[in-house]
Amino acid sequence: MKDNMILSVKNLKQYFQIGRKGILKAVDDISFDIYRGETFGLVGESGSGKSTTGRSIIRLYHPTGGEIIFNHKKISGHIDKTTEKMLRTKMQMIFQDPMASLNPRKKVMDIIAQGIDIHKMYDTKEERTEKVYELLEVVGLSREHAHRYPHEFSGGQRQRIGIARALIMEPDFIIADEAISALDVSIQAQVVNLMKKIQEERGLTYIFIAHDLSMVKYISDRIGVMHLGKIVELGSASDIYNHPIHPYTKSLLSAIPQPNPLYERYRKRVHYDKSTIDYDLGQLVEVESGHVVLGTSEELSQWMS
Amino acid sequence: MEKILQVNNLHVSFKTHNGMVRAIRGVNFDLYKGETLAIVGESGSGKSVTTKVLMGILAKNGMIDDGEVLFDGMDLTKLTKQEITAIRGKKIAMIFQDPMTSLNPTMTVGYQILESLVEHQNLSKKEAKAKAIELIELVGITEPEKRYKQYPHQLSGGMRQRIVIAIALACNPRILIADEPTTALDVTIQAQILELIKELQQKIGLSIIFITHDLGVVANVADRVAVMYAGKIVEYGTVQEIFLEPYHPYTWGLLASVPEMEDTSNELYAIPGAPPNLLEPPKGDAFAVRSEFALKIDFEEEPPFFKISDTHYAATWLLHENAPAIEMPAMLKERIKKMKKGVPHER
Repeated sequence: MKDNMILSVKNLKQYFQIGRKGILKAVDDISFDIYRGETFGLVGESGSGKSTTGRSIIRLYHPTGGEIIFNHKKISGHIDKTTEKMLRTKMQMIFQDPMASLNPRKKVMDIIAQGIDIHKMYDTKEERTEKVYELLEVVGLSREHAHRYPHEFSGGQRQRIGIARALIMEPDFIIADEAISALDVSIQAQVVNLMKKIQEERGLTYIFIAHDLSMVKYISDRIGVMHLGKIVELGSASDIYNHPIHPYTKSLLSAIPQPNPLYERYRKRVHYDKSTIDYDLGQLVEVESGHVVLGTSEELSQWMS
Repeated sequence: MEKILQVNNLHVSFKTHNGMVRAIRGVNFDLYKGETLAIVGESGSGKSVTTKVLMGILAKNGMIDDGEVLFDGMDLTKLTKQEITAIRGKKIAMIFQDPMTSLNPTMTVGYQILESLVEHQNLSKKEAKAKAIELIELVGITEPEKRYKQYPHQLSGGMRQRIVIAIALACNPRILIADEPTTALDVTIQAQILELIKELQQKIGLSIIFITHDLGVVANVADRVAVMYAGKIVEYGTVQEIFLEPYHPYTWGLLASVPEMEDTSNELYAIPGAPPNLLEPPKGDAFAVRSEFALKIDFEEEPPFFKISDTHYAATWLLHENAPAIEMPAMLKERIKKMKKGVPHER
């Protein structure tokens, strides 16, 4: 299992200065490993630190503390040119709002090719064009689309362009930050199916960051539940959904409305009272193989009884 | 049951640079007293435009081509600006998706509640303040006197939406239109707001039109559901009829594209393609091009509503007596069977 590791996050801390005195601990000492070929879901409410985690990993922020290892190389703190190049090609990101993340003044051809332009990943202009055409077809668009502007596309199509732009770098690892949240239900399903298909074909690894727990459950192999900058519970998708232990996870799950009126009529919401729990006192404890929960031993024995 | 609102044959179009966009193409529905009617559909299906007509807040380039909206013996589409202003906020109130953009950031929340009380109810400042504090308490906010003096940015998203609800309820409206009121909120806060809306409805006997694209929310709040596609209602019925006995292929696709929490081994069902361009609405059933169940006639003639029960109607040729027997996709059938079997395990 260890050799198979693609990303390892160790004690990651990401603090932000707020005003002169305040410090916001957006991500506070979290650790997790991600294995090659899997989809790791990060869920949590707004302010939980899930997006910050993704952005810290890909060096959009400078972490306050901790270490990140990607493809057996340290990618946090000071890194050399070759590591940087490896990181910038092998790790890619897909953002939530495809309209905001695509340059409206560039044609799709140039948007998708930007990464290979910067890293000079082609020899001739024909090769560049061919690559873009190929990627457009991979994501279910057609060649003609290369000569249009982003505003000429629908939301789902734009997200496909975002995916093509990430894929052209031939990455190993993709961070999808709320990549489907802005799309309509029927289009969400199209994009998720596309992402799954590409993953199988290319052996990609995903971090899938989202607040929609049902979609995360659907796409993820393992899931980390974040709250207030901490991972409170981490386990396989079925551990988290079928045997949640942390009361926060239970509360979060109980709040999701299910598309079943018979169930909704007697759904019971679990209230979560944070006042009795101090995350700083707890430790991540492995309660069963691969399923870890943040808590003190008293808390854990209480939750598990 | 008493009908409080009737929408008949509503047609709305928008003038754009590229031509006329036919946003609403013949919508009919009734709202009964004390019920929650959910309108579901994708972006561009016309669900929000429909409610804007009811509120008289259609954008300047929009026009009502045909149809009527009957409320209190009046046709809302025929009223003058002054007349509709008297109804808007007082008898029909609306809450929107993003509470931050519907509140004024430079005024205290208390003043914003007070404003509508003074405007519509002729109360003195003092009486209005007492009523405003009462309302803040009604929507489940503790320490109402303190909150009264605060500004929107000092409140959390959930609390802001509660204030917006308080403003909407200030004048005891008879109809509340809620346009994606929980979409911008976290799931736990969403659950609280939905509970609040249901509780208030019971307390004051509101009739609610609830617009959303989240089928989980629909299952939670709705008594009846109308499914919209490309400017038309394609199916309507009680919440159980729509979720457990759907008939329109679009409703099938919508229900099947939501991932199942219990079992995620199957591939997600995705409706192919994208909604049609309403600059040139398609002939026949607008969903036909995306439907694997489309019949030849679907491309030629628009299907009328076929009656399934007294409360359940669907506009699809599949229900015509001469149509071949086509059933809903097997995976959806399987899922509904599971849904009927009862409650998924308790958490």
